[in-house]
Amino acid sequence: MNAGASNQDQSLVGRPPKALVALGAAYMALLVLAPLVMVFVEAFRKGPGGFLEVFALSDTWAAIRMTLIVAAIAVPLNAVFGVAAAWAITKFQFKGKSLLLTLIDLPFSVSPVISGLVWVLLFGASGWFSGFEAATGIRVLFATPALVLATTFITLPFVARELIPLMQEQGADEEAAAVTLGAGGWTTFFRVTLPNIKWALLYGVLLANARAMGEFGAVSVVSGHIRGKTNTLPLHVEILYNEYDFVGAFAAASLLAGLGLLTLLIKSVLERRFAGELSASRRH
Amino acid sequence: MTAAVQTRRRRAEVRVLPGFHLSLGFVLVYLSLLVLLPLSALVLRPWEIGVDGVWRVVASPRVAAALRLSFGASAVAAVVNAFMGLVVAWVLVRGRFPGRRLLDAAVDLPFALPTAVAGIALTALYAPNGPFGALLAQLGIKAAYSPLGVAIALTFVGFPFVVRTVQPVLQDLDAELEEAAATLGASPWQRVRLVVLPAIGPALLTGAALAFARAVGEYGSVIFIAGNLPLKTEIAPLLIVVRLEEYDYAGAAAVGLAMLALSFAILLAVNLIQRGMAVPGGGR
Repeated sequence: MNAGASNQDQSLVGRPPKALVALGAAYMALLVLAPLVMVFVEAFRKGPGGFLEVFALSDTWAAIRMTLIVAAIAVPLNAVFGVAAAWAITKFQFKGKSLLLTLIDLPFSVSPVISGLVWVLLFGASGWFSGFEAATGIRVLFATPALVLATTFITLPFVARELIPLMQEQGADEEAAAVTLGAGGWTTFFRVTLPNIKWALLYGVLLANARAMGEFGAVSVVSGHIRGKTNTLPLHVEILYNEYDFVGAFAAASLLAGLGLLTLLIKSVLERRFAGELSASRRH
Repeated sequence: MTAAVQTRRRRAEVRVLPGFHLSLGFVLVYLSLLVLLPLSALVLRPWEIGVDGVWRVVASPRVAAALRLSFGASAVAAVVNAFMGLVVAWVLVRGRFPGRRLLDAAVDLPFALPTAVAGIALTALYAPNGPFGALLAQLGIKAAYSPLGVAIALTFVGFPFVVRTVQPVLQDLDAELEEAAATLGASPWQRVRLVVLPAIGPALLTGAALAFARAVGEYGSVIFIAGNLPLKTEIAPLLIVVRLEEYDYAGAAAVGLAMLALSFAILLAVNLIQRGMAVPGGGR
């Protein structure tokens, strides 16, 4: 548990030989760091002017806007879901808990393409809800609602997964004390529970948001690839790339890579500063 | 009747906290609409073309080749990740060198980099005119647009899983065991093989299984580097997209269902192996 102390002892026996350290570092440089560097090298191949060209396209801004809209709906929905799921699962006893946990994790074990496919099967031709558009006038497939549904499916487990182990460790005693002293349910949640879980909640939202904005496969299947209408930023990258506008593709991609780096940075800050307030699996 | 009233009262005593029905009800509705309903469409809709129809789709040479490539390349990637992930985890936990923390944070890059971004970056690296691709071409190795390219991309996306599952177990590993082994005259290699490996075996297997499961469904980081030639370099998720573009929804669902069934069978097998190798002190 107290890794700091035991690490000192371990160093006597377990120190990896220098060659092994070099091998690990070189492997990571080639496999993991090289692609990241490549994004920026290619994006600036024609200098800053070439880099900026893609941001003069209205389609790029439409794609950025669509990415923000989809994430702005999917992430809060899953944050509320995650809190509700963690509350029900960790504060109460009931049958079928492990089944519920399996269901929550299910979107993680499904291919992104399948996560998109299922919505086409529901709302596409001869699907169970193929009459939905005629009945309500709302177009789902190849429009914003399908992008939101697919993204919500993909990012569903993130917040719940961070909160459930943490709230399990914390137990229900503090909340029980508050309620016994006469606090209402919502007061208890906002004054007792939320302060205890706020960093873990932020952590989950951060990961869900990064995935929502970067999702490609699921969104690609349901979007219909309509330029300037249903394209998110990752889909826009694909279109530019397939049109041989490599500098444009990598310039747009560098925005997403920047988002990924920012996410990593905030994530490691959270892990370091608030280790005690994240679930045990996040304390390195 | 009275028994029912009694159990209800007993439960009411346990449940001091409010919000059970609200939170659980919301969670169940949310999961039903967003997970159960869509996935049941995937499970039920293939059979519209009959059992032999599904069999004809799955057993057709093109689908069989795509499934073989997806599962084969994922297995290769998982094995590479098991070996190199162990090396990197070892170096990060036991090594003391400048830049260790930065390297540790960089492990998550494949999670943080959106798949489409990773896809075009890997292609730029390994294409015949790219820095790594040109080098490999001189050795007569074709990396991009070949099954090797698929395996490279899948190794990239699966890399963090092994490192992140093995790291905490390695951290908690009792140094005294290794010290005792060293005192008794065990060579470094014997200490690794007889003390460390048995303890981290289950975690290593879990990490490799997670990397494998992720790789099987991977789409965005593969389709750019794969070449996408039917029967040769076409992965199963791409074939689903192709079927959808032909409006063959039942066929697409059949491929998706076959992928899921195969993945679950393999993960089940891994689970059984793991149960057989449960070692005290290893894994969780």
